[in-house]
Amino acid sequence: MSDTSTLADSLRRVLRNFVGSNQSDLIPLTRLSGPMPWVISIMVALTVIASSAGLALRNTAQSAKAELEGGMTVQIVEARSDVRETESKAALAKLRSLEGVVSIRRVPQQEVDDLIEPWLGSGMESGVASAVPVPTLIDARLEGTVTPGRLAAIQQALADVAPSARVDAQSSWIEPVFDAIESLQWLAVALVVLLALALASAVLLAARSALGASRNTIEIVHLLGGTDSQIARIFQRSIGVDAAGGGIVGLLLAVVVILFLGDRFAELGAGLVDNGTLGWSDWLMLGLIPLLAAALAMMTARLTVMHALRKML
Amino acid sequence: MNQAADGEIVHFDNVGLRYGTDSEVLSNLSFTLYPGSFYFLTGASGAGKTSLLKLLYLAQRPSRGMIRMFGSDAITLPRERLPLLRRRIGVVFQDFRLVPHLSAFDNVALPLRVAGAREKDLAKPVSDMLDWVGLTERTEARPATLSGGEQQRVAIARAVIARPDILVADEPTGNVDPEMAVKLLRLFEALNGLGTTVVVATHDVHLLKKVPDSLIMRLDKGRLSDPTGALRFPPRRPSRQTGAQA
Repeated sequence: MSDTSTLADSLRRVLRNFVGSNQSDLIPLTRLSGPMPWVISIMVALTVIASSAGLALRNTAQSAKAELEGGMTVQIVEARSDVRETESKAALAKLRSLEGVVSIRRVPQQEVDDLIEPWLGSGMESGVASAVPVPTLIDARLEGTVTPGRLAAIQQALADVAPSARVDAQSSWIEPVFDAIESLQWLAVALVVLLALALASAVLLAARSALGASRNTIEIVHLLGGTDSQIARIFQRSIGVDAAGGGIVGLLLAVVVILFLGDRFAELGAGLVDNGTLGWSDWLMLGLIPLLAAALAMMTARLTVMHALRKML
Repeated sequence: MNQAADGEIVHFDNVGLRYGTDSEVLSNLSFTLYPGSFYFLTGASGAGKTSLLKLLYLAQRPSRGMIRMFGSDAITLPRERLPLLRRRIGVVFQDFRLVPHLSAFDNVALPLRVAGAREKDLAKPVSDMLDWVGLTERTEARPATLSGGEQQRVAIARAVIARPDILVADEPTGNVDPEMAVKLLRLFEALNGLGTTVVVATHDVHLLKKVPDSLIMRLDKGRLSDPTGALRFPPRRPSRQTGAQA
């Protein structure tokens, strides 16, 4: 026998052992318990929703990080407007000359005015507002990540030409947001784990109950020479069918919820939220959840039944 | 086949059985069953016939003593190897123990399916067996719709379908009419003729006379007596073709 066919035979044996396709007519398929598919569908729906939330948060964080990673802001905070203007021009020239700086943009005055309008009101060119020394803002993008070392070097380089320049990484102000997002991602992971445990517990209880109800039949099959594996396969197959049906219903339910929530978040029009959309690989992962739930349910049923059968002669 | 060298199929040595902390229901049982022999196990109600049969079909482990079956020590044999021994034993339970949600056909087919027979190889032997016990018309009937006698015939068909090396029957003719009882006994004899060791527990003394070559084991309050000397001086007739070989 060739290595390939040996491997194929082994795989077939493992698969047959797991899905219980062999001797499927040993005892007709019976349901473990009535509400089991619905319990599984609810578990799968909640797991898919929690997972999609985790994936969306991850996408949001990744997208925001990528956007802000190389970003740096230079503020010229000189109070005197003429000196500020001179320092601003000198800083722009100096930044252009620095290695690793890929783009520089002086934020137009109108844009700055719009940014501070919520606090100082409109009409910056007149009245009290015009007396407020608004710093000049320069957006710069560096090649690679902005590190504290690079920031210090740039600050040092600008010190001679623009003593009032202050250099900040754009990602620093959003770091607490990233921390919060990471916490939420872990929360989603914890929810998924808890739901998996709840599913396994539900299957365990259902399998035990079914074992009790089928004890007479199991004893007969045992006395006729049936092995523990043969009996366990019957339960595996039963829970597998329940889990597959419940999983599909749960997935469809979750997809409706995700699409609805996605639609509502899209209406917010907020940049960060928009970046949290799910990609095709995310949808593929979500689609695998019912399969994983079915596999988990079948494995739990098998282990439960095998453990119980070992107590019988 | 890995029977012992001297041809014994079952050997009990000083076997005792008690349930929980009660006194022993079987005490000091020592005997040997030989391939191709036909045994009747008799005794009053409560004598321990069913308990002894349970030990024979490996539904129970003894409290003490040693049991060897088909050359293997049935007491110390790992649990996962018991099914292979059980597949060589046909059992007719006193309460039939048919699987309630299976048809007569599927109940009879169960031992073959357990042994891994292919579906296409099931139809003929199962139909033939049901035909033999007169249940051709009741193939698809569930046990609940069968009479006591019909259930018993299904149970007997299930016990013999896989041509076991040893057939253990607990009151197999208790619920059938005399004509069917004789017919079933002929089936047991035919199976015995193929080399299957048959052990029939019965109250019916008339039955004992219907199998001339049979040996009698008598249980009295959990102790075995040997009225015909069959256990002390077992017949050493040549071993016939066994069920599996046939």
